[in-house]
Order: sequence, then C-alpha cells, then structure tokens
Amino acid sequence: MTSPPPAQSPPAQSPSSVAPLLVPGCAGVLALGCLASVLASGPVQRPVALAFGGLVVLGELTRRTGAEAREAAPLGAAGALAYALLGDVAGRPAQHGVAQTVTVVLAASLLGSVPYVARGSGPVLDHLARRVLTVGFAAVCFRPLSQQGAFDHWSGPADALLLLALLALTTLCDAVLAAAPAHARTGWPFGPLLREELRGMVGITSAVCATGAVMALAVSVAGLWALPVFCVPLLLAQLSYRRYAAVRATYRQTIASLARATEIAGYTPAGHARRVAGLGVAVGRDLGLSGAELTVLEYAALMHDIGQLSLVDPVPAGATAGLPVTEQRRIALLGGAVVRQTGVDAAVAVVVERQADPCREQPVAARIVRVVNAYEEKARDAGPGGGLTALEELRLAAAGDYAPEVVEALARVLSRGSLTGPAAG
Amino acid sequence: MDAVPARARVYVAGVALAALLCLRPLPSVRAPWWAVLLLAGLYAGSELVARSRFVGTCYPVLLAGAFLLPPPAAALVALPGALLSPVPRRPFGLRRLWRAAQLTLAVWAAAWVHWQLGGRDAVVEPAFPYALVPAGAAVLAFCLVLTVLDGGILTLADHVPPGRAWRGLFSRSLAPIAVHGLAGLMMAVLWRSPYGPVAALLVLLPMCVAWWAFAQYHRERAAHQATIRALVQAVDIKDGYTRGHSERVGQASMMIARELGMDDERVETLRFAGILHDVGKLGVPTRLLRKDGPLTPEERRVIELHPEYGHEMVRGIRFLGEARAAVLHHHERLDGSGYPYGLAGDRIPESARVVAVADAFDAMTSTRSYSRARPVAAALQELQRCAGGQFDPRMVRALVHALERHGWRPSVTADGTPAPGAAPPPGRGEDARDSVGRGAP
Repeated sequence: MTSPPPAQSPPAQSPSSVAPLLVPGCAGVLALGCLASVLASGPVQRPVALAFGGLVVLGELTRRTGAEAREAAPLGAAGALAYALLGDVAGRPAQHGVAQTVTVVLAASLLGSVPYVARGSGPVLDHLARRVLTVGFAAVCFRPLSQQGAFDHWSGPADALLLLALLALTTLCDAVLAAAPAHARTGWPFGPLLREELRGMVGITSAVCATGAVMALAVSVAGLWALPVFCVPLLLAQLSYRRYAAVRATYRQTIASLARATEIAGYTPAGHARRVAGLGVAVGRDLGLSGAELTVLEYAALMHDIGQLSLVDPVPAGATAGLPVTEQRRIALLGGAVVRQTGVDAAVAVVVERQADPCREQPVAARIVRVVNAYEEKARDAGPGGGLTALEELRLAAAGDYAPEVVEALARVLSRGSLTGPAAG
Repeated sequence: MDAVPARARVYVAGVALAALLCLRPLPSVRAPWWAVLLLAGLYAGSELVARSRFVGTCYPVLLAGAFLLPPPAAALVALPGALLSPVPRRPFGLRRLWRAAQLTLAVWAAAWVHWQLGGRDAVVEPAFPYALVPAGAAVLAFCLVLTVLDGGILTLADHVPPGRAWRGLFSRSLAPIAVHGLAGLMMAVLWRSPYGPVAALLVLLPMCVAWWAFAQYHRERAAHQATIRALVQAVDIKDGYTRGHSERVGQASMMIARELGMDDERVETLRFAGILHDVGKLGVPTRLLRKDGPLTPEERRVIELHPEYGHEMVRGIRFLGEARAAVLHHHERLDGSGYPYGLAGDRIPESARVVAVADAFDAMTSTRSYSRARPVAAALQELQRCAGGQFDPRMVRALVHALERHGWRPSVTADGTPAPGAAPPPGRGEDARDSVGRGAP
C-alpha cells in the first residue's frame, strides 16, 4: 500500500465544500415538495396526525445534546418511524401518504426544536435533515405499497417481520447519511466510519426501531391509546442511556486528569498526553479501528507515560523514545501496574505495558502509541518542518521499532492536516 | 451467613407451601400450554442472561404471563427461571426455593386480581383505556406481595428490625415495577393480536437496552471510583507519612457538611473535596515531601505550590463542582495570611473552609514523622483556639457537634469504603429497584 507523501495537497479539501450541503439540500427539496403537496390536497385523518405529531414534539422536547449521545431524541425518532409505517388505526386503514408523513414529522420536529434553539444549545439543521430523509425513506418504501393493499393478504407475523426488515433498511440509510458527510468533512475512510455508525446503533437505535414497529402495530390493534402507554419503556431506555453517557463523560475527564499528573509533576511537557491521544485516535481511525478499540487506544495514549511517576529522577523533558530499550520497558511495566489499579479495561494496561516491545509482538494499539509518542517527542521542539524530519526519522529507524504501516498511517493523517474527526466511542 | 435461623427456614417453607397451593389447580386448568411453555422458556433464558450481567429481574415477561393466562398457569411461568438461574451466595438451594416460591405467589396474586377485574377480555379486545385498570391493580398486588414477603425474610433471617425492613420498600419498588407492568401489558396485547408473539417479543428490546445501559452505568461508575482512588493512592505513595490521610479528611469534611445541613449531593462533593485536597502533591518532588527536619524558605515555597498543582489537575473534572475550589483554597486562612491567594473571610469558598478544618483536625489526630498523634479533645481545643483567625468558627463548631454526636471512627484503610453513616452514593436508589426479589436470605 503506497501513500501520498505528506507534502501533497490534502485530498479531502476539494469535495468538502459541496458535500456537507448535500444532505440538508436534499432534505430541503424533499420537505418543500411534500409541504406543497399537502397544502394543495389538505391533510387527512387529522386526529392521527395530531397524536403522532404530539409524540414527536414531546420526543424533541426531551432531547439533550452531547457528543456521546448517538440518538439525541429517541422518542421523536420512534414516533416518526411509527407514523411512516402505520398500516391502520384500530382496524381502519391509515390514509396519509408520503407527503403528509414528511410534513407532519417536519412540522413537529421544528416545533419541538424551538426551545432548544432559543436556549442556543447548538445547531439543529443536521439533525432535522437526517430525520426528514430517513422518515421520507421509510415512508416511500411502505406507504404506496400499503395503500395499494399489497400487504392485505399477509399474515400478522409476516407483517411484523416486514416492518422489522423495513426498519433495518431505514437504519442502514440513516447510517449512510451520517457517515457520508463525516467522510466528506474529514476524509476518514468511508468503510470504518459506516461500520462505526452501525456499531453505535446497536444500542439505542435498535430500541428506537423496535419501539417504532411496536407503536405502529399497537396503534393498529388498540388505537391511539397505545401511544402514551407504549412510549414508557423507551423513555426508561433513554434515561438509562443518558446516565450511562454522563458517567462515561465524567470518567473520561478523570482519566485525562490522571494523565496530567505526569505533566504537573514535571515528568512530561504540558499537553503531551492529550496530543498523543488525539493523534493516536486519528491514526487508529485511519487504520480502521473503531468503537471500543478506539476507546482503549485513547485511554492508553492518555496514560502511556504514567509509569514515570514511579521514577525518582525525571527523564530529561520526558523524552522516553531516546532511552535504552530496557529502561523504556521498565517504565512501561511500571505504568501498566499503575493503570491496572485504576479500574479501566485490562486491555488498556496491556497496551501501556507493551508500548516499548518490538513492534511485531505488539497489539496494534501499542504500535500506534509507540509511533505517535516518538513522533510527538521528536517533532515538538523542532519548530516548523520538524514534523517532516521526525517522520523521516521514524521511517529510517531500525525496522523492529516502529511498525511501517502505522508510520504511513500517521503520514496520511498528518497530510490531511485536520484532527477534527467525530469523537471516539 | 451460612447459618440460617430456624425460624427463617420455617418461614421459607411456609411460603413455598402457599406457592404449591397456588399451583394445585393446574391439572384442571384449561390454558394455552404452548404459550406457558414459550413464556417460561423466555423468562428462564432472560434470567440466565440477566443474572450473569448483574441486572434486574425480567418482570415484563412474568407480568405479561399474568395478563394472558389463568392464575395457576401464570404462576407456573415463573417457576423454571427462578429455580434454574444462578444465585450469588450460599445456601444455594434455600435461596432458589425462596425466590421461586416468592415469585410464584406474587405472579399468582397479580394474575388473580387481573382475572377478577375482567382484565382478560380487556386485553383480548383490546379495550383501552379500561385495560389499564386491571393491569394497574395487578401491578399493585404484585409489588405488594413481593415487598411484604421480602420484609418478612429481612426481619427473620437478617435480624433487621421490622420497622426498617418494610420502610420505603414498597414505594421504592413500585415505580420500576409499574414501568415493567406497562411493558408487560403491551406484550400481552400484541400477543393476543393478529401479529402474535413475534410482535410481543419486540417490546422486550427497549427494556433490554435499558438494562444494558444500566449495567454499563454501574460498571463505568465503579471504574471511575477506582480511578479516583488511584489518584489518591499515587499521592499516598509519594507522601509516605500521610497514609489514609486523604480518606479521613474526606470523612471529616462529609461530617461537617452534613452537620451544616447541606443536601446529599453537596455532602458527596465535599467528600471528594476532602479526598482530593492534596492531589497536587503529585507535582512536588518526592525528596521535599519526605524530608525530615526543617525546610528552607525556598523548599517551603515549592511545597506551597501544591494547591495550584492540584487545581490544575482536577479542573477538567466537571462533576467535582465546588470541590475544585476547595482543592485550590484549602490553605487559605480566615485572616488573609494563607496561600495561594491570601483570600480572607467570606472571599474563601465555603467548601475550602470546610476542608481546611477537616485537614487540620486529621493532621493533629494522626501520627506524623515529626509529631505524635494528639487525642481528639486536645485537637478540638486547638481548633477552637485558632477559630476566627485561621479557621471559620462555624465549621469548627459543626465538627465539634458532629463528633459529639457520632464520635470519630476513621476508616483505617485507604481503599475508599465510606464509613458507616456515609452518604449513599448516587445511584443507590436505583440499585434498590431491583433488590426486590433478589434480597435475603
């Protein structure tokens, strides 16, 4: 695998001016078309539309933001999907078409976002665009066929399975919609981005899909009364998820503080651990790591120097890459011992322990930590152009020390010049 | 607690007998046996998974059974899962028997109430909103039987006084069981609909996600606390003579905060403030921290940097809140002669004034390389002498009162177990939601 030399112009810059506008653009066109169609023909079955609209508004009102939250408004999403996949209401066929589905969901989402925008809590455009497009996708797949009576002779369980299959397709569509702009913006490889989106959807998104399907089926059995009853389990899931996300964020902050201990103690320069973690995660993403692996890599990179706390005399400028190999290994083992005490995943301790081993014996995260740490130490004092020199040094170093594929990945990441990927986890 | 009192054994036997009586009419009951089999298998499977992940019991399946089946058949659903799933402690057989009997009785009661109120027709039809009435009554009965039986076993086996055994048990477990009840009702309605059991199973997915997130939450929280302990231990390793000092200061800060009538969240924050107050000593050379004999002015200046180092370390941890100010200002004095900023009076954050008193108290009552430990009374006298100049008199008074009331029993180890009477860690309430049915013996 050959890679562009770092000096070459960043490959991701040219399409990035158009691509981010693609998703909101499509959503806008779709929304306007649907709105015009509904205005022309008038809405049908208003109570049903109002009930589902109310549910979506409620879902939007309970939404929170946070980098950790994969699905910000699960209840809103479930309500919108259920409206798109609604076959009949208490035995009578549901008559709303694609246009009305999209219009109701859009109007309700806009209404629910008002307090959110008024608080200035952040942009909602991406969220709305994705919502409109996924609901539009589900509605286009289901509504025309359903209204022509294509599923009338299907048995009940087959109907339920059909809904599940449609929801799986919709989820895939949503993942593509999330991964494509991220790919265009940052230039990360598309495959791992999509995989990571899908993997992140296993949790709350599967609950959203199941609730959407259950709501659609339950409304067709029991009428609109089913809606308030049936959104409770999802609210519970949302609550649990939020607390989990909160404690995760806190935990990350504490790990970062522990990592700063070496800097405060004067063993390593300020910001070193943070920079190695940021660059290391970018390299890991480039190499196709995802989800839990990236978290392990991030924690290990943050704490990779913690073994130095046990040293009596600080290493000059904390530059461990220049030490004899045996000394490097000793510090790495000391660090692993400290990390084991902290209660993080044992995989993190293993990475810290083995960061100084020959690269053929290392797990891939340890290879990344070793290369990125060496690069950071070599490049930081060298001033402008120091990065290139450092990369050359890493390439020319003894073959057993730095894994060549990691060095090349580092070169690619540096050539893109941006480290602003989506947050790990 | 291998020795189970005889009266507890008799109690368990009695409950088991009652459960058997509930199951007795089974041969004459007409029930959809494939549904019983499916639900029982589902419950047993989810129990096996749930227990291995330390999450709660899968009540929605049981309650769906209670809403779908005649009482004896519904009670049968709970039996295989309760008997087969692993139990955490000895005596295994007795615990399994207890759980099976308790759940059988509770499910039978719920199904009976539901049946009597005509809930079956309401589910089949389905007649909303009336279907909510029998379901609600059934959930109440279920919760009541579980908590009454649980309270009994707590009293008999664990010697908990009856008042405390039952207090709050019902109100704590009602809300979670009500949510499970709604999910169970949903399952029952869909089960009897043309869509059949496939659709009913979908209801369990959001619940599973909730349980998963709940279990993850507890895992991460435990890991987080271990990390904080690691921070403290790192300080203890460097600063040899202060072993356990951080934990004890945390405990004393907590006592003061509670005496001042602060709410639970602030009390917990102040415990963290006490635990972490010296974390900046990580930044001071070990040689200085361990030096015997007088320090030079230069060395003293270096050591006096530790509040700022500590603040620099913890300022990124958002949940610590005002504890961060306490770390920075715990060496300020009321007359303005402290460090690092020389703040005076009310300019010093309240949390820092609490930690300052707790820190001085523990420094005097524990043995250091340069001084013997003083008795508590002498230390308090010294604190009162310095109140107004060095310490906030309000905090000193609070400490004196708290010690009069509770005494001073510092935990010896530095492993962070909160002392008796410690604030319940956030989240304890949620633990309790699943303790019903998992409790004693």
